[in-house]
Amino acid sequence: MSEHTHSEEKHITSYKAYFIVWVVLMVLTFLTVYVSYFDFGQLNIVVAMVVASIKAGAVALFFMHLKFEDPITWLYALFPIGLLFLLIGMTIVDTFTRIFPL
Amino acid sequence: MEQANMEHAEDHGLHLTPEQEYGISKLGMWLFLGTEIMLFGGLFAAYAIFRAKYPELFLESHQELNREMGAVNTCILIFSSLTMAIGVTAIQRGKQMLAGIMILVTIICGLGFGVVKYFEYGAKFAHHIYPDTNIFFSLYFMMTGLHMLHVFIGLAVLGVIMVLTFKGKFNEKYSTPVEIGGLYWHLVDLVWIYLFPLLYLVG
Repeated sequence: MSEHTHSEEKHITSYKAYFIVWVVLMVLTFLTVYVSYFDFGQLNIVVAMVVASIKAGAVALFFMHLKFEDPITWLYALFPIGLLFLLIGMTIVDTFTRIFPL
Repeated sequence: MEQANMEHAEDHGLHLTPEQEYGISKLGMWLFLGTEIMLFGGLFAAYAIFRAKYPELFLESHQELNREMGAVNTCILIFSSLTMAIGVTAIQRGKQMLAGIMILVTIICGLGFGVVKYFEYGAKFAHHIYPDTNIFFSLYFMMTGLHMLHVFIGLAVLGVIMVLTFKGKFNEKYSTPVEIGGLYWHLVDLVWIYLFPLLYLVG
């Protein structure tokens, strides 16, 4: 295991790759602003959140190098997202299923 | 030499090889970023609840926010993330001057973000909109305010890292603080990526 880490070279992302990610992020930003001028009802927030999540994924994977990290780092990165869903999900379930609302 | 180092590490338990130190530092930062997500998570949960309870209020109030200014700030922050990432690659390749300049550009972008936010807050106060105006603006000021605090902390961290980079403290063999400072800055960008559409675009 230790020999493996020694032989493994640190992955260095190229400037070009960063520029491509940046262009993608800018296009998605423009898209999400443009779409927000139209009224799709409840679909607006869905589109906004999907686009935001793609952007967040690109930032985490490439700018934060998560793509090239080991499984334990992935666990550290994904675990709080699971907790976040639990936190928001359970709070919503609690708030909207009360027989006597606050 | 390498072998000797390893044995030394096993003897004392606490001595680590540079590779181990690097891995542990980065993992520690990811753990901290996880707690940051949970810190903002409470506010996102509050946002979800009150938006579901008062959809009309949120729709009406969010139109008071300046969408263009929010979009400009989004672009500034994404660009600063790009320059930060370039700075990390530069230092990993041993290019200290380029890395320092890139971190400087990142800092300037962060300050620019703060200036835009200052004018936004100013415009809100001029229209007599305060954190106690309604629940939407309570959340708006709390979430963007907490985010702004993170921007300032990030600027302080990057300021120190920039000075040390220009002093030649980091190179292709040792760039851990630059990478970890960069991770923090990207998190600031990450939070804003969600705040911008939730507050400015859909309300």
